[in-house]
Amino acid sequence: MLSVEGLNTHYGRAHILQGMALEIGAGEVMVLLGRNGAGKSTTMKSIIGLVRPTSGRIAFAGREIAGQEPHRIARAGLGYVPEDRRVFADLSVMENLEVGRQPPREGLRPWTPGRLFELFPNLGQMRGRPGGRMSGGEQQMLTIARTLMGNPRLILLDEPSEGLAPVIVEQMARTILALKQEGLTVLLAEQNLHFASGVADRATVVEKGRVVWAGTIAALRADEAARSQYLAV
Amino acid sequence: MDFIIPQLLTGLAGASSLFLVAVGLTIIFGVTRIVNFSHGSLMMLGAYIGWSILTRLPRDPEWFVLGIAATVLCTAAIGVVLEVVVLRRVYRAPELFQLLATFGVVLILQDVTLWIWGPVELPLPRPRWLRGFVTILDSRFPVYDLVLIAVGPAVLGILWLVMNRTRWGTLVRAATLDREMVAALGVDQRLLFTSVFALGAGLAGLGGALSLPNASANLQIDLSVITDAFVVVVVGGLGSLAGAFVASLLIGILQAFGIVLVPQSTLVLVFLVMAVVLVFRPNGLMGRPQAEAREATLAAPVVRPAPRVLRILGAVALLLAVAAPFLAGDYYLTVLTDGAVALLFATSLHFMMGPGGMASFGHAAWFGIGAYAAGLMSQWLGAPMPLALLAAPLAAGIVAALFGWFVARLSGVYLSMLTLAFAQIVWAVSFQWVEVTGGDNGLLGLWPPGWARDPAVYYWITLALSVGVAMLLRRMLYSPYGYALRAARDSAVRAQSIGLDVQRLRIVALVVAGAAAGLSGALFSYAKGGVFPTYISIPHSVEALLMVLLGGLQTVAGPIVGALVYTGLADILVRSTDLWRLVLGAVIVLLVVAFPEGVAGAARRLWLRGREA
Repeated sequence: MLSVEGLNTHYGRAHILQGMALEIGAGEVMVLLGRNGAGKSTTMKSIIGLVRPTSGRIAFAGREIAGQEPHRIARAGLGYVPEDRRVFADLSVMENLEVGRQPPREGLRPWTPGRLFELFPNLGQMRGRPGGRMSGGEQQMLTIARTLMGNPRLILLDEPSEGLAPVIVEQMARTILALKQEGLTVLLAEQNLHFASGVADRATVVEKGRVVWAGTIAALRADEAARSQYLAV
Repeated sequence: MDFIIPQLLTGLAGASSLFLVAVGLTIIFGVTRIVNFSHGSLMMLGAYIGWSILTRLPRDPEWFVLGIAATVLCTAAIGVVLEVVVLRRVYRAPELFQLLATFGVVLILQDVTLWIWGPVELPLPRPRWLRGFVTILDSRFPVYDLVLIAVGPAVLGILWLVMNRTRWGTLVRAATLDREMVAALGVDQRLLFTSVFALGAGLAGLGGALSLPNASANLQIDLSVITDAFVVVVVGGLGSLAGAFVASLLIGILQAFGIVLVPQSTLVLVFLVMAVVLVFRPNGLMGRPQAEAREATLAAPVVRPAPRVLRILGAVALLLAVAAPFLAGDYYLTVLTDGAVALLFATSLHFMMGPGGMASFGHAAWFGIGAYAAGLMSQWLGAPMPLALLAAPLAAGIVAALFGWFVARLSGVYLSMLTLAFAQIVWAVSFQWVEVTGGDNGLLGLWPPGWARDPAVYYWITLALSVGVAMLLRRMLYSPYGYALRAARDSAVRAQSIGLDVQRLRIVALVVAGAAAGLSGALFSYAKGGVFPTYISIPHSVEALLMVLLGGLQTVAGPIVGALVYTGLADILVRSTDLWRLVLGAVIVLLVVAFPEGVAGAARRLWLRGREA
């Protein structure tokens, strides 16, 4: 579904991604693990096109997308949920969803506000509320719902559990599993291994912009050495 | 008190046209983050195109409406062309380069309009129905004014519906908040930007065409309207439709009554109101603190001392400059004197803009204040030249301190727009206060005394003062004050938290820059033998910006090189073609499109590439 090879990305002169690579099959949930500054967010931004990679290949559903404009990549069926949520603060819940709306995609059951409110019941209770006047958890739900309105085949979730109350984190895990049930492919960036192991099939560990470990989540849980070397704070 | 109601209606009618222009400016800024200097030119085109269409149509009301609609479509189409050809290419350029590009468009459209329609103003012959009156409360009101008054709220209502009830409006509002996120959700920004620009241009065209029956199509519309529109947008709050409406009403009514009550100082009155509003509401009546534009902002470059090669080059250039009177003829000596004045003018702007981070669209104000201070000292008090030259920076510095007290806490675009508005007010005072300033005729007979009358001697005086003050400014930049100022520019909050008084730092920068520019104005006046309102014109302010940006903000040498190159080029251009505005405008646009990072930035990159490879 998505394959990244030899991806290099610079911010000015800082070389952030140094030959990043990953491979996700359709319907899989893959987690990108790593410490702060390892390059998880930059990987996601490079895939969606918000940051232009200097070199490397990104193939999505058999199409080369590296270097394309974000709206083209998004329309190809990639959804992006940013780390800092970025809900439109002055727009109501319904309007936020409207911005994300794209035509239905073949072979997928189209998302409608009604279906999304089944997935996120809280949002249904506050359809007219401006995004800026919602709690962090509600904003996180809204930003995922907004991205789903574009009917993506693959969704990039950048640290969805960050800064949320434990109860909400659990709800988030259930949401990700529900999306997997729908047949969506998910690439998740996380620092929270506990959260990740509840939802992901496979893990890729990044450090300094390149892959240092890859395998199933069960293998990572078993590999004490790798965990303490790459993930322990 | 019979005048109250008629003036009120005149004011409301004026407010409607003002609103049409300002609201377009606000919407375009909201989405594209571009301050569109050429918005007044679009209104001017609307007036001219409207004139051309309406004078060819039958004079019935229904044809009038049709003609107006056609005009709106034409200006919207022109807006699309502008966006696609120019603006689309500069969205990633720094704010000021975008502004310069739109000013280049102003210059081009000036000459194009002059070329198509000629220099004579074109009034619209008014058919009978347009001259009609209705009687309300024993006063007679022009029907057309009532129509205009209705247009404002009607347009506001329609815009509100479009923005809040359509998908397009929702996308526009979302893009105003975070356009990168909108793109990541699959929305084609280019289409959105182009359509927003078309809407804004169409509204400006509507304003221009509707103003025809009460005014005329003339070549002064562009710059006078853009100033008013800036004031409205600042008072109302950037990006707020309702704010633009309320502020248009306020300014329109103020102007209407001002003309009756204090005919000499309408603009001053408007500025005072604006100052009061901003003191109590720094983001305008209905504006909110500006959200970060959500773009990867470039860190401002560090100003470093020049490398040795450049220092030696500079010393050689200075030696050559000192020796110039022995080498150059009289004509080139005047050009060189102009160059020395420009050097100081540009360096002073660089001081507040580069290290100070305060871009000024109205730097000519300080130049003019200095020039008039010197001129008035000499004219009214018979002060000798040295005293007059001393008075110039003092006067400019004092006014800058007052101005700074109002504006130093404002952020980016607000501050820049205010500097422009302030320059227009200084210009209006110099132009309208005929008893003191001589109005359009200026102050004449301002020549250096006998000992300095020789052009070579006066050139040396100018050179010594300009270079001396420029070196002083450079010294300040590397003093603790200079570092503090740059800290305040890079992060006001962090600077405050380590105990720096950001406001005071910025006011001092304004005062220093103003005083230096004032001195350059006085030097220029003695070189030309007089002081004229044109010294304070918008094009003169833009010249200063152009010099600084051509040379680059990164270095102290930048504005100096920029000033000299610009003075030389302008001299050649003005002597060789009548269409100098068109050529200059085209050059500006091309430069910005070709080098969105600035000429100096491009040179720097090439230089670095050569070194690192």
